[in-house]
Amino acid sequence: MSIFLDETTKVVYQGLTGSTGRYYGLLNREYGTQVVAGTHPKKAGTDVEGIPIYASVADAKEATGATASCVFVPPVAVKGAVMEAAEAGLELIVVITEGVPAHDEAWFYNKLKADYPSTRLLGPNCPGIISPGKANIGITAGHIAKAGGPVGVVSRSGTLTYQAVFELQQKDIGVTTSVGIGGDPVPGTSFIDCLEAFEADPETKAIMMIGEIGGSAEEEAADYIKSSVTKPVVSYVAGVTAPPGKKMGHAGAIVSGGKGTAAAKMDALRDAGVQVGLNPTEAGDLMADIVASL
Amino acid sequence: MPTPPRRQTENHVDLFEYQGKEFFAEYGMPISPGKIAFTVDEAVAAAEELGTPVMVKAQVHTGGRGKAGGVKFAPDMDAVREHATNILGLDIKGHIVGRVWVEKASDIAEEYYASFTLDRSAKKHLGMLSKEGGVEIETVAEENPDAIAKIWVDPVVGLSEQAVRDWVAAARLPEAAVEGSVDILQKLYTAYTDGDADLVEINPLILTPEGKVHVLDAKVTLDGSSEFRHPEYEQYDATQTRDEREAAAHEKGLQYVGLEGSVGVIANGAGLAMSTVDVVNQVGGKPANFLDIGGGANADVMAGALEVINNDPSVKAIFINIFGGITRGEEVAEGIIEAMKRVSIDSPIVVRLDGTNAQEGRDMLAPHLTDRLMMEPTMLSAAEKAVALAGN
Repeated sequence: MSIFLDETTKVVYQGLTGSTGRYYGLLNREYGTQVVAGTHPKKAGTDVEGIPIYASVADAKEATGATASCVFVPPVAVKGAVMEAAEAGLELIVVITEGVPAHDEAWFYNKLKADYPSTRLLGPNCPGIISPGKANIGITAGHIAKAGGPVGVVSRSGTLTYQAVFELQQKDIGVTTSVGIGGDPVPGTSFIDCLEAFEADPETKAIMMIGEIGGSAEEEAADYIKSSVTKPVVSYVAGVTAPPGKKMGHAGAIVSGGKGTAAAKMDALRDAGVQVGLNPTEAGDLMADIVASL
Repeated sequence: MPTPPRRQTENHVDLFEYQGKEFFAEYGMPISPGKIAFTVDEAVAAAEELGTPVMVKAQVHTGGRGKAGGVKFAPDMDAVREHATNILGLDIKGHIVGRVWVEKASDIAEEYYASFTLDRSAKKHLGMLSKEGGVEIETVAEENPDAIAKIWVDPVVGLSEQAVRDWVAAARLPEAAVEGSVDILQKLYTAYTDGDADLVEINPLILTPEGKVHVLDAKVTLDGSSEFRHPEYEQYDATQTRDEREAAAHEKGLQYVGLEGSVGVIANGAGLAMSTVDVVNQVGGKPANFLDIGGGANADVMAGALEVINNDPSVKAIFINIFGGITRGEEVAEGIIEAMKRVSIDSPIVVRLDGTNAQEGRDMLAPHLTDRLMMEPTMLSAAEKAVALAGN
């Protein structure tokens, strides 16, 4: 099994007619994802390489039975796109777009929670989600992940997600689902959401969690692991050696006042029984030992 | 090759105190009359116009100005001249003071603290209010956490006047300050949301002996991602504090943080770039920087990144660590080859290339490999090589 995404998921791409949406939409289709529609308010009736374009997500859902959306629209349009997908009743909304204002993120996060509690939002500013061998939504290169489990991967960083699943592939270890939750201040899906889903997924036998400095998401995840996760967890936290007070790229990657440091996060994770690698390779080795002993 | 939509600006836009006050004033909050001055003569002229006594306040993007001697009371014109002379050019935690804000002095009866920011754990806006203002709020939070009244605001619901009244009551502000505070806090929330701020902070918010509530200091950080709907942000770009290397990188749209070491680091993605800094440290080296070239590593981006690194005299070796997810290996290779044609690189380069089309990329680099350009199969071995070349 996999979490959130499998071969039955039908995906509509909001922004399929733009160069980026088109590129990844077609790549995702090539991977095997059911890419059933795109949307554009003025291009209904046209198509992108055979993928029909509808005026709205609601129209696309009605015509194709779409259950998920992938959002590639520019930052200015993300809030509207997310609400359009939620109002149409989709189950999963994956927002790849980077640079969405934090106030917009906080707004649609709370709006969805209140009015569309069964809709799962992933992102913004995330690489997407891949259930290897089944489906891929977003910008992850499909071939770097081996299908079939037993490891579930969740990460705040795009390239480190790739690094993690690639390290596993190099060791011939498969992945059930790899979820990139994104590094923005208000991610739609949290580490805890993914840990809960992996814990419930019978095919996932172990979990790889990649964090980074800043915020307190890793500490909260550690608390959750301690209380509610029985499967082995391996973790790596990027920014172990980052100097305090320096912002390193992501909005999420800020250390201030001794809070949110990698050391604090790693301590919390170790305290919860998590095996912590000091770099992605070490984390991969730790996971290989666990998988070998399963 | 299309790349995902990318943030073109820094995430955070820091305002100087006076810019923050002007920003607050637009929302109707009471501030003291004042003028900005870049020279001693300008400061004196400003004080003459305002009338003494005045405060002379260093404008820097860091806290602790008072302790560093950057905020002075001037009862007369001689004092204005003396303080402006001392403060302009002052080094406050590495920030050289280039401008002072000369402001009409206020009589203070009490000092409070007020702010709004995003609580990432609660995923709501967090307001903090305390009657123990005028000091670092972190100190209050540590020593007397009960003195801070907090309110969480759902952005969809907003902040009602009644909620503000309850909040002010919870902070136990004296009766005389209630109406003025309720008014200012509502305006502060509007400024925070309308302005797309990451942080708005008033410390201190004062009560004057006449019973007026008044903004005496302003700290504002705006969310650079919202610049598309805030053309006014552009005015603040020129006043951001960056070191020379960071400024050069910013011009090229690169995410760069200067560090102290000798191994120049280039990677794609913030997570991998941070991880690269980690690994360089772990194998005994010292990274010179964090540099994230982002999703599309074309020749222009790579040349720009190499140029920025090359201009840093402390760099002795360069480690390029690329995991092609979106980025394809042959494009990275082309970028490096092209960049080396355009820019004369002083330090040896070690490349680690994995992911999408990595083999194609490695094949392209193969004929160019020398003792100035090397390739290593893994992140760890590449880090070790670069550190050895840097001689530490």
